Amino acid sequence: MTLEEKKQEIIEEFALYDEWLDKYQYLIELGHNLDPFPEEEKTEENTIKGCQSRVWLISEKKDGKLLFRADSDAIITKGIISLLVSVYSGRTPEEIAADDFGFIGAIGLRENLSPTRANGLVSMIERMKEIAGQSRQ
Amino acid sequence: MKLTQIRAQFPVLDSQVYGKPLVYLDNAATAQRPLSVEASWKQSVEQGNANIHRAVHYLAGVATDAYENAREAVRAYLNASAKEEIVFTAGATAGINLVAYAFGEAFVGEGDEIIVSVAEHHSNLVPWQLLCRRKKAVLKVLDIAPDGSLPVESLEKLISERTKIIAISHISNVLGLVNPVREMVEVCHKHNVPVLVDGAQGIVHCAVDVQALDCDFYAFSGHKIYAATGTGVLYGKKKWLEAMPPFLSGGEMIHTVRFSGTTFAPLPQKFEAGTQNINAVPTLVPALAFARECRENPEVEAEQEAILDYVYKQLTEDERITLYGVPRGTKVPLFSFAVKGVHHEDLALILDKMGIAVRSGQMCAEPLMDRLGVTGLLRASFAPYNTLEEAQYFIQCLNKAINMLV
Ligand SMILES: Cc1ncc(COP(=O)(O)O)c(C=O)c1O
Repeated sequence: MTLEEKKQEIIEEFALYDEWLDKYQYLIELGHNLDPFPEEEKTEENTIKGCQSRVWLISEKKDGKLLFRADSDAIITKGIISLLVSVYSGRTPEEIAADDFGFIGAIGLRENLSPTRANGLVSMIERMKEIAGQSRQ
Repeated sequence: MKLTQIRAQFPVLDSQVYGKPLVYLDNAATAQRPLSVEASWKQSVEQGNANIHRAVHYLAGVATDAYENAREAVRAYLNASAKEEIVFTAGATAGINLVAYAFGEAFVGEGDEIIVSVAEHHSNLVPWQLLCRRKKAVLKVLDIAPDGSLPVESLEKLISERTKIIAISHISNVLGLVNPVREMVEVCHKHNVPVLVDGAQGIVHCAVDVQALDCDFYAFSGHKIYAATGTGVLYGKKKWLEAMPPFLSGGEMIHTVRFSGTTFAPLPQKFEAGTQNINAVPTLVPALAFARECRENPEVEAEQEAILDYVYKQLTEDERITLYGVPRGTKVPLFSFAVKGVHHEDLALILDKMGIAVRSGQMCAEPLMDRLGVTGLLRASFAPYNTLEEAQYFIQCLNKAINMLV
């Protein structure tokens, strides 16, 4: 699936839920199903500090593509992380750097990302872009 | 006033968020403003706006009177012995900074000691840390008991000949317990140590009489007690305020200015430099009148007591929940708690979508969070316009949210 197709798939999935709580329920499920994150990688360096929830992110480059793994101590944030990982992991740095991450808004989660909420997600997206930018050079 | 009439003073309480009735339980962060406060603001802006104390024209007189009436209203509310002891500030933080700076300049030197509790809000902690850094003084920390209360006995053990001041909250914004401030003042005064009380939460839940408390300073913010934002009060005993140098300097706080030297205005103007918050300060009058009305209203009092009883019981009897600040005797309706295996941010996000505004996180008290061994807590704080029905809805939604998350 291309990046665009994957994003479209998630947007359509979320369109099924018009109740906020159903949306959260789904994110909680995604959070629980996210691949386990190695405990030893929960270092200061890999921590993206938000005001409330903590987020961890690691990446590696394989065959020209960036692979991400991430975790959070809060489950809804973890669900959103799981979406980000499923969309962006396995893409080229160019693709990631060029993307505007606007699909988060399209599924109605923009308010979870607004900087005033001060959670780790905004910083996580910035970190993903930064990693993409660096590995492009 | 009936409770319904009190609620009618706050149109936002009738509004909906995400299609659900709004239940506002973040009152410890900031309270809502009643219509009477809005009316005072409007009056000041539309009919009474001029700079105070300076001009001889009519409108300046109106504005100055409104401002000085507010000072008298605050003096009476706190039962301070003189208006000179009431300094208007931008809030509790500003008042505490004023004391940490000016008292520090006058009385704190290298090797001296300052005592705070581990439960202080950053606003009653960082100014003292900075003072200690400036003066090479030492910050000593009073620990809480396991139930969240402050043990007066340990305070006495911390006091030494070098102790210059102690700064303690009347009610912690996390623990929601009325601290034994009167007893602490007594102990401190026995050793000639003055006491600053951070009254940001205390002023909201207690009838404060500064002469009976005998504290040396009492600081609070207007916005937590229904007045306009940007207002605040520092009460200080005259003997201290007189002995302290100015904090901010500029217009209005001077007596004469010459390049050969400047002399300062008498109290309280000495500490009110620059154009003051002239439109907002008069809102303290209806705000404090409202607070008093609520405190003395039997229906409101009964409802608050019922809320306290109910929420306390629900939170302490639920095995999944740990409430911090437990002694029932000194508890106010401000509850911070953790839920086993559940992150406070998740709970707050879900409750938000159910229409409930609660606070989650460290609540500007990181050292306390470390002390309690948590990364943050969920806090529900009630005001006199909240109802038992809202409390019940909150508990019901909390249970639902927990079930979604575990
Ligand atoms: C106990 C306590 N102290 C100080 C403050 C600071 O008040 P402000 O931000 O209004 O200056 C607060 C407000 O959150 C508080 O709860």
